[in-house]
Amino acid sequence: MSWPFAIIAVLTLTSAVAAMSLRNLVHCALALTVTFAGLAAFYLQLDAQFVGFAQILVYIGAVAILIVFAILLTQRGEPPRPSIYSATWVVGVSIAVAVFGVLGGLVLSSQAVTREVRPPPDISVREIGEQLMTRFILPLEVIGLLLTAALIGAVIIAMHERRPK
Amino acid sequence: MTPLHCYLLLSALLFAIGLAGALTRRNAIIVLIGIELMLNAANLNFIAFWRYGPNPQALTGVMFVIFSIGVAAAEAAVGLALIISIYRHCRTTNLDEVDSMKG
Repeated sequence: MSWPFAIIAVLTLTSAVAAMSLRNLVHCALALTVTFAGLAAFYLQLDAQFVGFAQILVYIGAVAILIVFAILLTQRGEPPRPSIYSATWVVGVSIAVAVFGVLGGLVLSSQAVTREVRPPPDISVREIGEQLMTRFILPLEVIGLLLTAALIGAVIIAMHERRPK
Repeated sequence: MTPLHCYLLLSALLFAIGLAGALTRRNAIIVLIGIELMLNAANLNFIAFWRYGPNPQALTGVMFVIFSIGVAAAEAAVGLALIISIYRHCRTTNLDEVDSMKG
């Protein structure tokens, strides 16, 4: 394990825990942004530059802003809660710990993960664009349709209801 | 270079943190953030397996993650629209209080 990996891993996991446990919702959104930035750094470390920058653009640039907007729109005059965790939090935490135990045990005991490292692939954005326009053209069209439908659906769902008079 | 199982363990831990948050928090927005964290953990797994896989030149892992990011963006938009709609209806985002099927 290299030092950059360890530093980014600690930063990412700490901010993820903070995003899940802080009381103030805006602080949660800020911690989430740090987590997304850490993940983008991991993508850059793994030689996936395009995905790293797409992560920064989409998650930090759009999703985090969207979450901040939702927080600002929904937090008007709510009384402070005695507890931010639900009554059954013990069950939730134990399910999460069990899931991590199973995943971690499988990863550590697997034979498939001890392969040798191959030289970094030489991938240009031009190549990604060509592949998107030839081999992956159908998924690209489907994702465009999905995003359009999601856009229209989100606007219609969040629109003001007309009250019958 | 960092071995593959470090990335896999990190992504499993991130998934578990997101799952714990989604299952224990009361606020609907934080639950959505937890789901986003789980999606991101899956994306990290895709990229790690692509990089350490037999043929990284084939670009399949990168393409999968690009489409996955697109789906996650659509999910976030619709989810937050639903939360805003629920807030307008029930005047709260506390999931314990949103328990009636009929408005």
